[in-house]
Amino acid sequence: MDSNPTGEDALVGLAQHDKTVLDRIQHALHRYPVTSPAVVLLVSGIVFAMLSNGRFQRPETIGIILQQTAVMATLAVGQTLIILTAGIDLAVGTGMLLTHLVIAKVAVDQGVPPILALLIGMMVGLALGAFHGFIVTRLQLPPFIVTLGTFYIFNSLSLVYSKAQTISKEALGGENSLLLWTGKFFTVGSMRITVGVLVALGLYAVVAYALSNTSWGRHVYATGDDPEAARLAGINTNRVLLSIYMVAGLIYALGGWVQLGRSLSASANAATDVNLETITAVVIGGTSLFGGRGRIWGTLVGALIVTVFRIGLNLAGVNVYYQNFAIGSLILIAVALDQWIRRVGK
Amino acid sequence: MSEATRQPILTAKGLVKRFGRVVALDDSDLELYPGEVLGIIGDNGAGKSSLIKCLSGAMIPDEGTMYLEGEQLNFRSPHDARDVGIETVYQTLAVAPALDISTNLFLGRERRRKGILGSVFRMVDRSGMRRDAKRALDELGIGTLQDITQAVETLSGGQRQAVAVARASAFGSKVVILDEPTAALGVRESGQVLQLIRDLRDRGLPVILISHNMPHVFEVADRIHIQRLGRRIAVVTPQTHSMSEAVAIMTGAA
Repeated sequence: MDSNPTGEDALVGLAQHDKTVLDRIQHALHRYPVTSPAVVLLVSGIVFAMLSNGRFQRPETIGIILQQTAVMATLAVGQTLIILTAGIDLAVGTGMLLTHLVIAKVAVDQGVPPILALLIGMMVGLALGAFHGFIVTRLQLPPFIVTLGTFYIFNSLSLVYSKAQTISKEALGGENSLLLWTGKFFTVGSMRITVGVLVALGLYAVVAYALSNTSWGRHVYATGDDPEAARLAGINTNRVLLSIYMVAGLIYALGGWVQLGRSLSASANAATDVNLETITAVVIGGTSLFGGRGRIWGTLVGALIVTVFRIGLNLAGVNVYYQNFAIGSLILIAVALDQWIRRVGK
Repeated sequence: MSEATRQPILTAKGLVKRFGRVVALDDSDLELYPGEVLGIIGDNGAGKSSLIKCLSGAMIPDEGTMYLEGEQLNFRSPHDARDVGIETVYQTLAVAPALDISTNLFLGRERRRKGILGSVFRMVDRSGMRRDAKRALDELGIGTLQDITQAVETLSGGQRQAVAVARASAFGSKVVILDEPTAALGVRESGQVLQLIRDLRDRGLPVILISHNMPHVFEVADRIHIQRLGRRIAVVTPQTHSMSEAVAIMTGAA
């Protein structure tokens, strides 16, 4: 005796075996979400190489692309973690600027040794992240609003703290100072690789390992995917959330250090694009804004795509004002693709 | 049933739960015996879910005591209930859709690699967990799940429920509680889940089945606990009572 007498289920069962090419692509992308950004990066690289009369694929250009991506790519790691839990960090740029000013000013004004200044910067970053995490988990406010608020607050604190003045390379102890070490480079052929690029890549490796090989990583995904299911599985989702905001805060300081090496100075008005571009990198990299899906390497590819488009379009002689048009279009395509992929099996 | 001689594995005595002036549980009892499927039925607001939440640690009763194998239980969280071997499968919130089957099975109790990889680098034993996940599913006879690394959202509703049931039964648990396991499923898939419940019982694992679906309850339950107005008012069996008699007791018509 059945309450729901229909024969439809048998038909649904049959239909599942009858996959079209599109279904297969959808399933492949569902399984390997880095595929689409990787294809975009590859194709755009080839196209720009053809359009730029050979200037784009020069090792010098590749080196510049990496350097220009380093700060944003570093910060995008924290952004990815937060977005994986279905949150967002709008304060990543101003948070980084505030910590990089702290690092610079305690070294310059208080005469703290550089290594200690970096550690203090990390503590401050950690505290900023913990503040986010505390408000999100205890007061249950949406991350969007929390970080929109702190975006302004961090910006204001940076300006007040630095009196809107730039701290010069000389004040920071010259280019051999540890504070500016991330700006040091070595050459591979004629390609310049900075320490900052290596710091960023190292961070990706560490976080990629943690996400895919530790319980913590699985709990991050589960918390973003379905917080209620995660809780019922015995995961303390508040602790997971607090931990990712703190890691993101620590990454502010790391990004701040890379920024010091990149600009060889410290200023509250630096790197204004970085805030939104981290989100762009995460989204183009195939991580879902709804949480629970995505890969950290996708974000690195997404970050590179942003820079490749900027530099590639420039070298191809396209009016600079079209750069944002191209990047905006990519975001829309990426989000549409994500929606489609998430419908897999439905 | 020789209830007089057998010892219940899980007992609840005099459970009371109030929400302000609303009394969700009013001196409610429950006994679950080894190797049985106990159906729990009751109208909306009869206290079924409060009763289950108390047993699974999701709710702390204001009064009353619970025992598992004679040991008194004092749960503060669902974690505590799991630690003593009471596993609950929830209707809709059972699994994380984007994660694969193996990850879901071990969610919240991941195993780490042996040696320095596990202790210092906190590396999870992915291949070992996949192997055991596969074995757990095989034991339940869920042969249709070919690929243990498949995301759960690519499975059908019945298969997802099967994964959740496998998770509940795979870790040396003593009692499995299923909350409306067939509510979202079609006919064929419900049949699979009911078969899964029988398999669990045949392996000696006692099951509590909460359901609105009378035919399903009467199909698999050995005894049926009828909850009404916050307390247990009767325990019947499919042999002694018909469905309409049970409904009459449940609604107070009898």
